[in-house]
Amino acid sequence: MSAPMIDLQSLQVAFGHGAQRVVAVDGVSLRVADGECYGLVGESGSGKSTVLRAVSGLNPDWTGRLSIGGTDQTAKRSKGFFKTCQMVFQDPYGSLHPRHSVDRILAEPVAIHGLDDADGRIDRALREVGLGPSFRFRYPHQLSGGQRQRVAIARALILEPRVLLLDEPTSALDVSVQAEILNLLRRLRAAHGLTMVLVSHNLAVVANLCDRLAVMNRGRLVEELTVEALRRGEAHQPYTRQLLRASQGYDRATADSFRDFA
Amino acid sequence: MTRQPQSPSWRAWLTTDTPQSRAQARLGRAWAGWCAFRRNRMAMIGLLIVLALVVVAALAPLLAPHHPYDQDLANRLQPPTAGHWLGTDGFGRDILSRLIHGARLTLMIVALVALTAPVIGLVIGTVAGYRGGWVDAALMRVTDIFLAFPKLILALAFVAALGPGIENAVIAIAITSWPPYARLARAETLTIRHADFISAARLQGASGPRIVLGHIMPLCVASLVVRTTLDMAGVILTAAGLGFLGLGAQPPLPEWGAMIAAGRQNVLEQWWVAAMPGLAIFVVSLGFNLLGDGLRDVLDPKGD
Repeated sequence: MSAPMIDLQSLQVAFGHGAQRVVAVDGVSLRVADGECYGLVGESGSGKSTVLRAVSGLNPDWTGRLSIGGTDQTAKRSKGFFKTCQMVFQDPYGSLHPRHSVDRILAEPVAIHGLDDADGRIDRALREVGLGPSFRFRYPHQLSGGQRQRVAIARALILEPRVLLLDEPTSALDVSVQAEILNLLRRLRAAHGLTMVLVSHNLAVVANLCDRLAVMNRGRLVEELTVEALRRGEAHQPYTRQLLRASQGYDRATADSFRDFA
Repeated sequence: MTRQPQSPSWRAWLTTDTPQSRAQARLGRAWAGWCAFRRNRMAMIGLLIVLALVVVAALAPLLAPHHPYDQDLANRLQPPTAGHWLGTDGFGRDILSRLIHGARLTLMIVALVALTAPVIGLVIGTVAGYRGGWVDAALMRVTDIFLAFPKLILALAFVAALGPGIENAVIAIAITSWPPYARLARAETLTIRHADFISAARLQGASGPRIVLGHIMPLCVASLVVRTTLDMAGVILTAAGLGFLGLGAQPPLPEWGAMIAAGRQNVLEQWWVAAMPGLAIFVVSLGFNLLGDGLRDVLDPKGD
């Protein structure tokens, strides 16, 4: 394996102090190769989004070692880091500024990084995510959820990053729109050779897009396996098997068989 | 004629879902706001009053039938007549002409306070709210100190220190009226600083000043504009109060509060000398209040 794009070693994230201290992520280590799509799966509160926020630089309170593209990262990130690593958020209704037009949203990162040809970049980015130039001067309230998420993806891609972090990018969307966004992400990954980390509670979404995945529970990494192994049902850990059963739908017998993994 | 009539085509240009340029998108938004504002009849009355104040102030020398300083001691304290529609004051000066010229002073006070106090409050409130920590604590304690004084008394102290006069009255009012704006801006900032679109801006590498100026302030401005408009009535009253106490505009300036003070001795026999400027203050304050209520309906993002 060539040098990993993302190298995470014994990451620990804790919130609060003293008696109220909660360890949200406890000793997670993982490696994502260049061009790979890696899924992080787990139930709510398992710490998967917290891992992503620590990697993205939104959460500075972590310990451990984190290197992206071969560069070790600290709590404070450089401008160059943000050009390498971008993120798409879960809720497209909250991730776009309500008073900024699509044009302004996309022009902002170009201006921050002092890049040239803002007009050309914005046009290309919009076309790449399947929105025509007619969307350029609209405001978020004039867009549907799927269109908003496309704008958010265009905003992440306009800096031409190498790593794209996806925090449940489809869970706030209709099922039909989910498929469109997943297809778009797969196409963009192939076109740009993007390294992706996808956080989701939906095993189907992860299996659709990713090569490898890790299952998280209570802040710990339970199991790491390839999507092929997942499809063949070769999960070793009982928690992973339970998660798999849950994703195939519920009946009384399944629900009764569930237990709590502390 | 196959051509469409003019008005529907520009209306379609303004209300289109697919604007072609930045300017068109912005004008379209302004037009939508205006349409919402126009439906509120009371707000339109308020807007007309405020516009009338602006027009009267701009055209004061043309509209006033007499010079505001021309004394006519033979005709002092005359009741309203055909020659002097609102009567004359203790020096025989035409009250209507003085009210019309006083509109300029009132407008100047309102404009200067509206351009300073909310801006100071916006900057302090958004910086405190976004930075948090000791910056927030320090700025908010300063705000608390200013809020602890009664506004008029603090303004009185400032005017007493700076010397009486209309400019100092404006400065005193501005200094005493920014804290509520800072509180409001901070509260708004706290509700949006953890929003995903602020996180997204940080992930693009945006600096703190860029986020405060470009992302947070635009969302605070709407509620601040509403609050400012509603406060304008209070500003006019404070300025009139300072004028009434002899600490604002100095004679012979036709400031409305000072005019009421001058008519105080005769208020029982010659009621119009004090009542006419009082009526002017009342109408203009009411106009600003109605306008502020209407603007709140249009601008307040929580109403969406």
